[in-house]
Amino acid sequence: MSNTVATEVKVGFKSPIVMGSIGLLTIVFMGFLGREGMVGFEISRRQDVIQVPALDIDSSTLGIISGVLMLAISGFSLYRSMQNQKTPIWVSSIYGLIGVTALLGWLAAEGTVPIAFIAGTALVLAVPIILGAMAGIMSERVGITNIAIEGQLLTGAFMAAVVSSITKSYLLGTLSAMFAAALLSMVLAVFSIKFLAQQIIVGVVLNVLVIGITNFLYQQWLTEDAENVNFPGTLDIIRIPVLSDIPLLGPIFFENRITVFLAILIVPTIWFVLFKTRLGLRARAVGEHPLAADTVGIGVGRTRFWWVTIGGSIAGLGGAALTIGNAGAFGREMSGGFGFIALAVVILGRWHPISAALAALLFGFSIILRVWANQVSPGIPTDFITMVPYLVTIIAVVGFVGQSRPPKALAVPYVKG
Amino acid sequence: MKLELCGITKRFGALVANDAIDLVIEPGEIHALLGENGAGKSTLMNVLYGLYTADEGHIELDGVKQNFSGPGDAMAAGIGMVHQHFMLIPVFTVAENVALGHEPTKALGIMDLATARKNVIEISDRFGFNVDPDALIEDLPVGVQQRVEIIKALSRDAKVLVLDEPTAVLTPQETDELMEIMRQLAKSGTSIVFITHKLREVKAVADRITVIRLGKVVGTAQPDASTSELASLMVGREVMLTVDKKLATPGKVVLEVDHVSVLDDRLQKAVNDVSFQVHEGEILALAGVQGNGQTELAEFLLGLRKPWGKEGKSSLNGKEITNATVRQSLDSGLGFIPEDRKTDGLVSEFSIAENLMLNSSYKSRFTKGLNINFAARKKIANELIEEFDVRTPSAETPASKLSGGNQQKVVVARELSREIKLLIASQPTRGVDVGSIEFIHERIIAERDAGKAVVLISTELDEVLALADRIAVMYRGKIVGVVGPTTSREDLGKLMAGVTA
Repeated sequence: MSNTVATEVKVGFKSPIVMGSIGLLTIVFMGFLGREGMVGFEISRRQDVIQVPALDIDSSTLGIISGVLMLAISGFSLYRSMQNQKTPIWVSSIYGLIGVTALLGWLAAEGTVPIAFIAGTALVLAVPIILGAMAGIMSERVGITNIAIEGQLLTGAFMAAVVSSITKSYLLGTLSAMFAAALLSMVLAVFSIKFLAQQIIVGVVLNVLVIGITNFLYQQWLTEDAENVNFPGTLDIIRIPVLSDIPLLGPIFFENRITVFLAILIVPTIWFVLFKTRLGLRARAVGEHPLAADTVGIGVGRTRFWWVTIGGSIAGLGGAALTIGNAGAFGREMSGGFGFIALAVVILGRWHPISAALAALLFGFSIILRVWANQVSPGIPTDFITMVPYLVTIIAVVGFVGQSRPPKALAVPYVKG
Repeated sequence: MKLELCGITKRFGALVANDAIDLVIEPGEIHALLGENGAGKSTLMNVLYGLYTADEGHIELDGVKQNFSGPGDAMAAGIGMVHQHFMLIPVFTVAENVALGHEPTKALGIMDLATARKNVIEISDRFGFNVDPDALIEDLPVGVQQRVEIIKALSRDAKVLVLDEPTAVLTPQETDELMEIMRQLAKSGTSIVFITHKLREVKAVADRITVIRLGKVVGTAQPDASTSELASLMVGREVMLTVDKKLATPGKVVLEVDHVSVLDDRLQKAVNDVSFQVHEGEILALAGVQGNGQTELAEFLLGLRKPWGKEGKSSLNGKEITNATVRQSLDSGLGFIPEDRKTDGLVSEFSIAENLMLNSSYKSRFTKGLNINFAARKKIANELIEEFDVRTPSAETPASKLSGGNQQKVVVARELSREIKLLIASQPTRGVDVGSIEFIHERIIAERDAGKAVVLISTELDEVLALADRIAVMYRGKIVGVVGPTTSREDLGKLMAGVTA
């Protein structure tokens, strides 16, 4: 019941403790015990029109400065906790940014940090996760658990590669990727809505099914005749005039393949539809309290069906981004868990498209960080570096995001009286 | 608008929930539909509202036969419904909830929240509701939520408004206000169907009364009919409206609760610094509107919730049970009737015999070595079924097959069959037929007379006044007053709304 006392929420000391300990670790291991040598943060690339000079700083000095700033923010967080107030999200974001800077500086001692390259690649790598997460949000917001994102991505990746290769048309390839993934989602939708099946089981089965089918076709067909059916190449990189000349932001955001641009457009669109339009209001109502939605004449099954299906087509686009938007060919199980990461991203982003997209970027960053760290300082175990973004994630979930609240009717089939 | 239900029959399997019911609602009248829990009132209204399809019979509006395939059709025809469990989305604002389903929009289907807000304010002002259109539903008290439901119906031009057990969640003052609203609405031409099992309210507000029993219309009455007349019509036999009980003779303290605070699931203080004592041979009623911390307090006493902070203490017969586990509490002589028998009281797939052994399955009377002593279990079950008058084909019948009243008797039997010193009875008669209510009340009084301490947690003022020796009123997690059993309803109502003298 809701008229319980609405006072006294315990904030607790999780955030200051976690922030403080990481600040200390930074100051000690990346500062005092840090690595000697200058590090240059490259803001411009060599081919850019406007050149901004790189920022040079001593690696261990950067560690100390960052550590001090981080401890200062922890102190602020401690003060907030003592006042029983939460640490604002923007403060923890700045904290995270400083931490990442220190980490990059530490890794690249006696070298350079190509910011535009790292951020740009993180974005490209994040696109399938972002789009997968959008599919997850669209489906979970109406109350259907979507474990099948992985399968939808894989379907999209396969169809985009094969159809583009055969028809020599990226447009047809992309459309067929979206269409096939939407069909897959319809299976999930129909089983969940019509047959009231256990949604998680349906999702898992669909994943296994798609992995099986694509593996089989890959082995029997794609590898045999790769030149004709699995050689789509990649979409052209589009430079948006003027905007792509902005230092730093230009190369990251405005010099990309169409798949990236679409992802950047789709995220705010979903946000807008979900929170500003009649369609979105009804969809959220269906996911929170289907019976209430039904009693005002909203078709629960129909709403669920279309949101899940259209969500699936977006995941299909995410799959296309894997092949024709990045790798240039289909590979065995090439979605490699992105679908499950997308699932985590949905929860981390609290079923909100924009937060989820940001969370997806974090994962994209973690992937490129591993690759780049390996090149720039081969001595450091990459597994350790890979952990860092996930650590940040855990901290974000535990300390800053707080309790997340899924749509109330998630995974609950709606049976009419 | 004149509404006619003609020969409505609705069956669920073998059960006939509505049996050829005829009902006429004249324009602008308040028509009370009186009946016990499970008599079929809500089913009838769900048929009217298009949520269920009638097996036989039809609905007429102003003499025109209607064919509702869903609530949308019923709404379009001018039927509005305020459900017993509100059909509001907790995370939406008032304006969004009211607008849902017929949203005012700008181009491209973009929500026109300004208009939605204006609609709420306009209706709210017309009836003096004082509802903030931007408040989130989950932050509003139930009384206000109910007004939002009424606004929702009125914003769709409801000519017939169905109120399903609307007073169950309200304080007496809120109930009075609701009745005033109903009169106002009726005056402005809206017909009202008022579903309830509370005789007092029917007499106060209805223009005409139709009584339903076991799915059939058993009679109509005028509001000036006597209470006992209505009650016997509703139950089908003479009913004792008061419980006979002797004056309490309290002994020594059994339960002592000292400065206890408890957090709820959302980590907010649901119980805030509560202290009280219960003596032997005494019934202490914890009265209050649902959701003022009673549930959390009961769960704390059982050991399901830990106290917040360090000061809080509770003891049973002088032995501290503050941090006791549930089993320790049970073993030290605590009997617990949970407020929701379906989720907390019974395992509905289990048989009655199995349910009866749930909280003492490890006790020697049920065991034979490591095994269950099936013969003993059967014997005990049959004895309890006999003693507590559980109407069931056999002890092996699944609990889910029983009626609400008989299910509750199983719970009561299980708790009272152990050696207890303290009984905590949380909403012991919610959703139970009158016969079972009488029986359960008698058993609770009998426990008291046998020298046990009883904590009765109830939101029903009638029940509190019938049973209590002392009444502690809870409001927003605090006990705002402890009063005697002869306190007037009005004074109790004020306490329940947090007004302290």
